[in-house]
Amino acid sequence: MSGPTKDLRIGNTGALVLAILSLAASPAWTTEIPAADRRSGYEFMSPETKAMQDDDGSNPGMFWVLDGEALWNSKDGASNLSCADCHTSASMRGVAVHYPVFDVDYKRPIDLGERINICRSKRQNATPFRFESKELLALTAFVAHQSRGAAIQVTIDERLRPFFAIGRELFERRQGQLNISCAQCHDDNWGKRLAGNVITQAHPTGYPLYRLEWQTIGSLQRRLRNCLIGMRAEAYSYGAIEYVELELYLAWRANGLKIETPAVRP
Amino acid sequence: MTRALINVPAKAQRAEVIEIKTLVSHPMETGYRRDNVGNLIPRDIICRFVCTYNGVEVFRADLFPAMAANPFLSFFTVATESGTIEFQWTDDHGNTQTASASIEVE
Repeated sequence: MSGPTKDLRIGNTGALVLAILSLAASPAWTTEIPAADRRSGYEFMSPETKAMQDDDGSNPGMFWVLDGEALWNSKDGASNLSCADCHTSASMRGVAVHYPVFDVDYKRPIDLGERINICRSKRQNATPFRFESKELLALTAFVAHQSRGAAIQVTIDERLRPFFAIGRELFERRQGQLNISCAQCHDDNWGKRLAGNVITQAHPTGYPLYRLEWQTIGSLQRRLRNCLIGMRAEAYSYGAIEYVELELYLAWRANGLKIETPAVRP
Repeated sequence: MTRALINVPAKAQRAEVIEIKTLVSHPMETGYRRDNVGNLIPRDIICRFVCTYNGVEVFRADLFPAMAANPFLSFFTVATESGTIEFQWTDDHGNTQTASASIEVE
């Protein structure tokens, strides 16, 4: 009786070793999605959720766009200036498609929310909005909404190149207790399912967006925190440069896809 | 800031069945969740929605804690005459939010 048991043990160990070997042998690099196959997360949604996003009368993200419009027109800060005193809302069309951009004062890329806060502190002499605050999300949604339908167009110049490289490295690096990378899901396995959810290609086309799970609107940073926590990695705090570097890579990767702000996602 | 978005056809044929869509901003706090120090967050939901067509009630709904934030309601009515369609949302504290739309019936 001891023979077969021993064999079985050896067999099991052998299988385990093979499994470890095949894991170790799987390439650390992943395959980028060909340009022709790049699709917004919208394409992966149910017809009901698509309909919710498409109709401004049923898209709850429009509440934040409307609140953002009110903030845009209200005077604030020591300068007693509103956004509308300097900019027309029409001039914001096509602005969001270029973000993140390099800021010469900060000497690093900034996202749209940071740009709004820079304007607040420098021009309006007002207190910057807190990250993920209702006001910042509303104003960002309003500005990004002006570019709805315009194609994302991020160019990586010399100044952005090092940040872009870090963003790409972050996307492809295995991390967290699950020891997986963003790319393993979103480059290699998009279109398949992770439990009940379809794995999308991770294109930041509709931020800030209304997530049914959150029952509110949220930024890309909030979404990235979700993903990191899901990988059982430690999430960076809001405003960390790592998020902007990741966004820079993601936005470049989504070049050509159309802005949907405010998008609706499950 | 509470806001309501409503969608009512501007024009309709007499006796036509029309769809009315409403979306209202509200947190719909269930009363079952706790904050970061363990205290219950008080319940705060819209508990009643009423739609009147030229003063006549055509649709009413009671809402409960299981409803999502920013509740969306869509329903149908018959276009009888030109006039005003009014909407009223009432929350737990008795506060109301109203909206209205006019319709032209040919």
